[in-house]
Amino acid sequence: MAFVTNPLDNHDHGHDHGPAKGWTRWIITTNHKDIGTLYLFFALAMLFVGGSFALTIRSELFQPGLQFVDPEFFNSMTTMHALIMVFGAVMPAFVGFANWMIPMMIGAPDMALPRMNNMSFWVLVFAGILLLSTLFMEGGAPAAGWTLYPPLSIQAAHNIPFVVFSVHLLGVSSIMGSINIIVTILNMRAPGMTLMKMPLFVWTWLITAFLLIFALPVFAAAVTMLLTDAHFGTSFFNAAGGGDPVLYQHLFWFFGHPEVYIIVLPAFGLVSTIVPTFSRKPLFGYTSMVYATGSIAFLSMIVWAHHQFTVGMPLIAELYFIYATCLIAVPTAVKIFNWIATMWQGSITLETPMLFSLGFIFAFTIGGFTGLMLAMAPADFQYHDSYFVVAHFHYTLVVGGTFPVFAAAYYWLPKWTGYMYDEKLAKMHFWLSFMGFNLTFMPQHFLGLAGMPRRIPDYAIQFADFNMMSSIGAFILGFSQLIFVYTIIKCIRGGEPASDEVWEGAQNMGLEWHLPSPPPYHTFETPPDPQLIDRVTTVEVTME
Amino acid sequence: MNTLRQLIAGLILSSLGTVVHADYKLNMPVGVTELSRETYDLHMLVIYICAGIGLIVFGAMFYSIYAFRQSKHPFPNNFHENAKLEILWSIIPFIILIIMVYPATELTIKHYDTKDADMTIKVTGYQWRWRYDYVDEGFGFMSSLTAESNAARQMDSGINPQRVQNYLQDVDYPLVIPVDTKVRFLMTSADVLHAWWVPDFGWKRDAIPGFITDAWAKVDKIGIYRGACAELCGRDHGFMPVVVDVRSKEDYESWLAEKKAVLEEENAKSDRTWSKNELMVKGEDVYLTSCAGCHQPNGEGIKGSFPSIKGSDIATGDLDEHIELVLEGQGMMSGFAESLSPVELAAAITYQRNAFDNDTGDIVQPTTIKDWLDDLGY
Repeated sequence: MAFVTNPLDNHDHGHDHGPAKGWTRWIITTNHKDIGTLYLFFALAMLFVGGSFALTIRSELFQPGLQFVDPEFFNSMTTMHALIMVFGAVMPAFVGFANWMIPMMIGAPDMALPRMNNMSFWVLVFAGILLLSTLFMEGGAPAAGWTLYPPLSIQAAHNIPFVVFSVHLLGVSSIMGSINIIVTILNMRAPGMTLMKMPLFVWTWLITAFLLIFALPVFAAAVTMLLTDAHFGTSFFNAAGGGDPVLYQHLFWFFGHPEVYIIVLPAFGLVSTIVPTFSRKPLFGYTSMVYATGSIAFLSMIVWAHHQFTVGMPLIAELYFIYATCLIAVPTAVKIFNWIATMWQGSITLETPMLFSLGFIFAFTIGGFTGLMLAMAPADFQYHDSYFVVAHFHYTLVVGGTFPVFAAAYYWLPKWTGYMYDEKLAKMHFWLSFMGFNLTFMPQHFLGLAGMPRRIPDYAIQFADFNMMSSIGAFILGFSQLIFVYTIIKCIRGGEPASDEVWEGAQNMGLEWHLPSPPPYHTFETPPDPQLIDRVTTVEVTME
Repeated sequence: MNTLRQLIAGLILSSLGTVVHADYKLNMPVGVTELSRETYDLHMLVIYICAGIGLIVFGAMFYSIYAFRQSKHPFPNNFHENAKLEILWSIIPFIILIIMVYPATELTIKHYDTKDADMTIKVTGYQWRWRYDYVDEGFGFMSSLTAESNAARQMDSGINPQRVQNYLQDVDYPLVIPVDTKVRFLMTSADVLHAWWVPDFGWKRDAIPGFITDAWAKVDKIGIYRGACAELCGRDHGFMPVVVDVRSKEDYESWLAEKKAVLEEENAKSDRTWSKNELMVKGEDVYLTSCAGCHQPNGEGIKGSFPSIKGSDIATGDLDEHIELVLEGQGMMSGFAESLSPVELAAAITYQRNAFDNDTGDIVQPTTIKDWLDDLGY
């Protein structure tokens, strides 16, 4: 233990470094840990808002016939469910982890731009409120799907300005957050923390932040064109005025496809952090993981039109997008092989973070297979816009956007709070979520193949039984998240005290495990010992 | 009772994880065209390859969880790199991809080959109906959800959908095409995006306002094939089914002759004077299939989205303005000049002006509408 240095040594400033007193702490804070907490609680709240929309959808689809909601409101629910989950729940959750963990992983005292950090969070909150406010307006919330395809989206001209401005604000928030993350990673690493020694979570976020900066302005531009089409008489997307509705689809997916990797790359990073800890073995193929992440990010920007195989593109474009899309399978496969090789000949225990990571690898691989099927354009002529697609992107995005988040939350909760969480409850959370998830989305593959289109509030009788199964699964999945909330609250309030290392052997896995649990308000005000960095990042780990 | 039975069936099915119900379809239909069969084959090829890879990947994963658990394997082996292995498992997926992409390329080219078609059907999407134009024959008609399904799907209709035949999958006038004939479909739309999909034909294609997309089918089995609109097109997206009635060539010819005779007759009807009663009866029918989707069967619309017709300035005000609005459309409502016949238009406008306590007493004759259509250049 000779290398372990107390990060609080040399902490000899005379003034107080604790948090501000009172509730205003949470508004004015510039501390990365506080802002991380804010992001995570916001994400959790939005998970329940978006989840309640999903359960409204699944209640209506429980049986054929219309029982609860008007079809227009149903369309608003599918639209808002997607927008809130993607922009309100999943993305902020990953930003929350980035805030909490990146400084602690690279030995930095805080994020590089702390005031901007605070602002990017509060802009996000207002964007969310603006978006949700459309639900209470005459004429209702946007109901054209989260893709906001014109001409349908601009038929409801009254809510377009609100949606467009909230997209702008969300974009501003995300771009500020991304700049902050990039600057922090490139400038604030402790001496000795070279790029190729950074934990993979830091790497994936660095690449994700660049993706965000490339992709979001395109989306902002596209929705601005929607706004001017709806209210200022332009015809960007109106054929009668010389425009083209399909142009919007190209712009949207030029953003939309990188967006799915914006969600899933940090998830890869989290899983690459957690699997080695519970396998008690260093990550297999660190270098190839970094390069695979980079290639996925690059490829994600040149495959967008595989979302539009049925719009009647020229044959040559159709073929190009098949080939480019298939290429993404290679680096993705490399990642999955590397995780399994990490587990191979390890010494595995199945605490909840590991369970959620394994659940992710399992379901994400299935989502990858269906993704490969969808990449085959002629077969996509059947799958496109059917429930098969719904099943596919929930297998990738629900497990990609939530399972690694749950895994990481359980992984670091003891570090953050100083208490162990209730392992029994957490395992129950996992098993109910995993079964509920599969029960919800597995039958949707069959529904889609049998011919059920997506985004319909009512369906023909032959789809009834699978829909009922799916709805039952959705309620199990939804309500089991209450266990998660309860476990978090219980853990914050107390429990068995956590050691600094928390997980057996974790001190070989990262700098954060050398800080006290809970960590002081400010950490690494003096950089950690370079020898310590060597020890936690060098791959030659020796277990006694 | 039925609900309870279904719930129990659902629970049993979900606990067994196997499916035994006769009505289920688990897989893509093989279909009735060359394209659909080859699409099915490609789909199955990819599934088998994925299943093979899945077996290996999940096998290795579960074996690791089992064999390398801490209680059995307390000392981890610390290897973390193997260049040969990593190169190998990057190249193998690449080769597998080429095996899949080759047939996919061939099939895409075939899907795009709409040359040398024997006949052409133009499909136009409307909110929320389809129009089929027999381009070579010079006539066309609208195809909407049947009144029976439409009544059952209303909120709190009190009608059990299970009792409605082909619930949400039946239309008043299906598209009729001959068997063993290469039909070229041209898709477009009058308002928003739609997508025309018949799973048994093996494809769907988007209908885009202002643009024409194409696809083809050569059906080799007589029968009725059902599909739906597959691109979100607004409130009643779920209620615009596609039904194609594929008949023998002789039956198709006789249907064609019959259809033309009926259209001739319709045309003649539009030249005579209609009584108010006749117009109101016909008008209610037209209103319920063409207007009630937005303006609601009670004429009160939906506040904030669809204006009320009951007591509205248009329906109780100047008659000419009312006619022009219905013919030309306004805002998100597209005009009906091309999608309804003069008789239907006259009846619907008469109905709107006299039903829902509007009681203007105005009567619109089909001949008036014809004059309007001529003036507007239709």
